Amino acid sequence: MTYATKSPWVIHYDASSCNGCDIEVLAALCPGYDVERFGIINTGNPKHADIFLVTGSVNERNIHVVKEIYDQMLEPKVVVACGICACSGGIFHDCYNVIGGVDQAIPVDVYVPGCAVRPESIVDGVVQALGILEEKAKALAEGKAPAEEKEGGE
Amino acid sequence: MYGLDTVVATIVATIVFAILAPIVGCLLAGLDRKVSARMQGRVGPPLLQPYYDVRKLMGKERASVNGSESVYVTCAILFTFIAGGVFFAGGNFLLSVFLVTLSALFFIIAAYSTRSPYAEIGAHRETLQVMSYEPMVLLMAVGFFMAIGTFDTAGVFTAELPAICSVWGVFLGFLFVLTIKLRKSPFDLSMSHHAHQEIVRGVTTEMSGPTLAKVEIMHWAENVLFLSWTAIFFVWANPASIALAVVVGIVAYFLEVFIDNNFARVKWQAMLKSAWAVALVLGGINIAVLAFI
Repeated sequence: MTYATKSPWVIHYDASSCNGCDIEVLAALCPGYDVERFGIINTGNPKHADIFLVTGSVNERNIHVVKEIYDQMLEPKVVVACGICACSGGIFHDCYNVIGGVDQAIPVDVYVPGCAVRPESIVDGVVQALGILEEKAKALAEGKAPAEEKEGGE
Repeated sequence: MYGLDTVVATIVATIVFAILAPIVGCLLAGLDRKVSARMQGRVGPPLLQPYYDVRKLMGKERASVNGSESVYVTCAILFTFIAGGVFFAGGNFLLSVFLVTLSALFFIIAAYSTRSPYAEIGAHRETLQVMSYEPMVLLMAVGFFMAIGTFDTAGVFTAELPAICSVWGVFLGFLFVLTIKLRKSPFDLSMSHHAHQEIVRGVTTEMSGPTLAKVEIMHWAENVLFLSWTAIFFVWANPASIALAVVVGIVAYFLEVFIDNNFARVKWQAMLKSAWAVALVLGGINIAVLAFI
């Protein structure tokens, strides 16, 4: 087990959610579920975060914000789409301004459906994301040279 | 008066401090999170969680908005270690205080160098925090001198009575600003525990990966040093007093954790006014009384 999975710091972004899923994300941090048991912290700063938790669908206005937050996060990072709106657009899928799920903007690693998504599902989704995070951390540790090359090239 | 042996002792103490202080500070930080979680009715993370956090940060992709940020942070951590070395080598208390201030200045410059609006607000607030606690910290060193008769921390081992007996006012005043120095609520204006609490974590907004790890390690070492400053008020010629001092340090830390969990963040005006009022009343009167009587 790498250290990446022992201290997953989360950034939560509310795309165009009805706030139902957001409240459940916050509920996961409360004493009832206490995700800090697993070292999970809600950071609020993309440069400190490892897991990008998105609630709500992507629309014309916020697609740039979602992309910007994703780009500011440092590798290894994973994306969890929380709630059916974040997965596919949900009941808002045919709204004039809605593009669709988060995967229309950035690569999504874990889909957690639900309306609203239950805290148990969020915890389950994040734990699944940890497995992917570990794979990415190992890949990064092995291929450290390409990552540095990319940095220098920019 | 100070020969080569002082230099060697300081260097050795700096190296020992640089190794031991982060270990002790890491355990204290882990206890802090555990105790805080219990106070909030949660189970909390494992004791070694701060260590896991830093190890993870070390393994993250390296990226920085400029080349100088991490240099400034490295300077800040270096001067924190030297401040600890001077203090534990029995050196000048005042020099230790100044070295910590220098470290704080490097930390502020690191934040300003990023040109990020959030980091700049954090740096402004960090400057205000330095302004708030510095008078009391200097009075503490002066109070220490008046009680022990020397600025050298080694002087306590020849003192008949601990400093607390004559400068308890200064000690209480220092306890007040200790909350600012340990970055605890209600005075965690520049750098709260988590970014979502305030201005995207202020000073460290643009710091990531290994640089953020260095900031964490510096914070651990700082905490140990500040608690040692608190504890030295209870040391005198009796060797058993060191055990008492350790207990005082631990009690002071848990008092700070308790305060952290029970008070909401204040505005900078309230911090500056209260810290200066405390310095003037508790520190000033205590020192004036000692000077004239």
